[in-house]
Amino acid sequence: MELFVSGAPTSIPRSRWLLVHATAVFAFLYLPIVILILYSFNGQGVGGFPPHHLTFDWYRMLFADGPIWDSVLNSLQVAFAAMAISLAFGILAALALDRAQFPGKALFRRLVLLPLILPGIITGLSLLMLFNLTGTKLSLMTIVLGHGTALISVATTEIFAGLQKLDRAQEEASLDLGANYWQTFWRVTMPNLKLPIIGAALLIFTLSMDEIAVSFFLIGRDNTLPLEIWGRLRRGITPEINAVSTVIFMFSLLTIVIWYRLRVRSKGGAEVGAELIEPTS
Amino acid sequence: MFSRAYKTVVTVPPLAWVTVFLLVPYLLMFCYSFWSVSSAQTIVHSWNLDNYQELLHKPLYWETLLRSMWIAARVTLFSLLLGYPLAYFLSFYAGKRKDLLYQMVIIPLWVSYLVRAYAWKTILGSDGVLNTLLQYVHVTRHPLDFLLYSPFAVVLTLTHIYTPFTILPIYAALEHIPRNLVEASHDLGATPAQTFWKVIFPLSIPGVVAGATFAFVLSLGDFLAPLLLGGPSGIMISNIVVSLFGAAYNWPLGAAISLGMLVIVVSLLFLSERLEKKWSFS
Repeated sequence: MELFVSGAPTSIPRSRWLLVHATAVFAFLYLPIVILILYSFNGQGVGGFPPHHLTFDWYRMLFADGPIWDSVLNSLQVAFAAMAISLAFGILAALALDRAQFPGKALFRRLVLLPLILPGIITGLSLLMLFNLTGTKLSLMTIVLGHGTALISVATTEIFAGLQKLDRAQEEASLDLGANYWQTFWRVTMPNLKLPIIGAALLIFTLSMDEIAVSFFLIGRDNTLPLEIWGRLRRGITPEINAVSTVIFMFSLLTIVIWYRLRVRSKGGAEVGAELIEPTS
Repeated sequence: MFSRAYKTVVTVPPLAWVTVFLLVPYLLMFCYSFWSVSSAQTIVHSWNLDNYQELLHKPLYWETLLRSMWIAARVTLFSLLLGYPLAYFLSFYAGKRKDLLYQMVIIPLWVSYLVRAYAWKTILGSDGVLNTLLQYVHVTRHPLDFLLYSPFAVVLTLTHIYTPFTILPIYAALEHIPRNLVEASHDLGATPAQTFWKVIFPLSIPGVVAGATFAFVLSLGDFLAPLLLGGPSGIMISNIVVSLFGAAYNWPLGAAISLGMLVIVVSLLFLSERLEKKWSFS
């Protein structure tokens, strides 16, 4: 019966090997995360089997750690600012791709989406050269510009997918009934794009909080959280890093749950981020 | 339906932003690659091909590029070998648990890249979890020191990071296969293996190509995993670029290598788009 539910023809025997394989792959994907969390409670450092002297000391240390929280604050500022930039330009870019014809449109589309697949080092370095040549001092602002620009790709993809599902007749009706473009945009188009926009915002926020390859080259005096962690990794490692990673992971998990709830409540809508890596066909 | 003014308003701002912060920087990278560094450590804006000649003549660059491609190729292969059967399982056999399992593929993507690389470091190190476990159960007496600071560690970590990137597009492609095609194949007398190889697999190729492109391109340009876990033998091409932009201070040469990477990446994207189109039905 269950086979019918999954849509598989009953003739294909349920393969035990597939199940074993799937279990093994999930174990591989989750093993480092489980170990990371487990050892954040380990009194005896980041390695060593079996873990013993379980303790909350590393969390206590973490909450008293000034530089870490400064960097968290920096990362939050960067993430919010980058989110504003990517959403503003991403929404416009998606509308442009959906509704306008202009010379160089194909090139524009490719250019916008390129940072999504390009190794961060290329995006980071090319911006570094721009800032260097224009004499812009590296700071959190340059990281904001880097993240904001690179993540327009995410906003555009998510919102373009939303626009494709949008019923044009609603906008047409609004215009016919005498609303101008401005009113139609805010009262018809945007409310219909609520879900993709929230999805894009969450995704951009999380990606920016985690981003390191682009920030690596655009960093000024103030560290973002990943760069603060990176600096500490170079100096020697303690379970405090496990602790901060665990806290961030919990927040990310919370974000996913919130998103999932929103999506279920409104029925349908794509998986957040799924459009980003679907085949183009 | 949309006026000229509307189209202008939605088009011009993103076009301008993308031109200033994406197109111009790429062009600058192109320009830099023809410039040079003077003995006084300043960048001279005189045009020549010296950087490219140096790239062609110094085996260090070629060998590192080839090693990076070899690492990226292994990451891609392992990610596909791990990812394809899982995606197939999800699409055809997961039943009611499909949604949950799909979420479980996505969740590791939300754990910071850096954190996952760091987690592998704590597992593979000589006092790491794996080595102490092996000694604890008396499999080995001394820590195995080839685990960390080796290309093996880099391939393992990058495979871990990019496997979900291959699962998702393959799963999407498998989900798009009309189930009645599979049933028709069965009704016409094909064995399950024939159905898989003649019907399901060819139709999933666009997903495989998309996933492989992600895994290959992103691992090719990685420099953090090699710095953290690679050791001297796990150095990749981006690490050379990082040092040229840092201590070695030769931005023009670094720009030339980056531009080479950009060309490789864009050609691969172009190729994969062609392949996806060729294999997609509908």
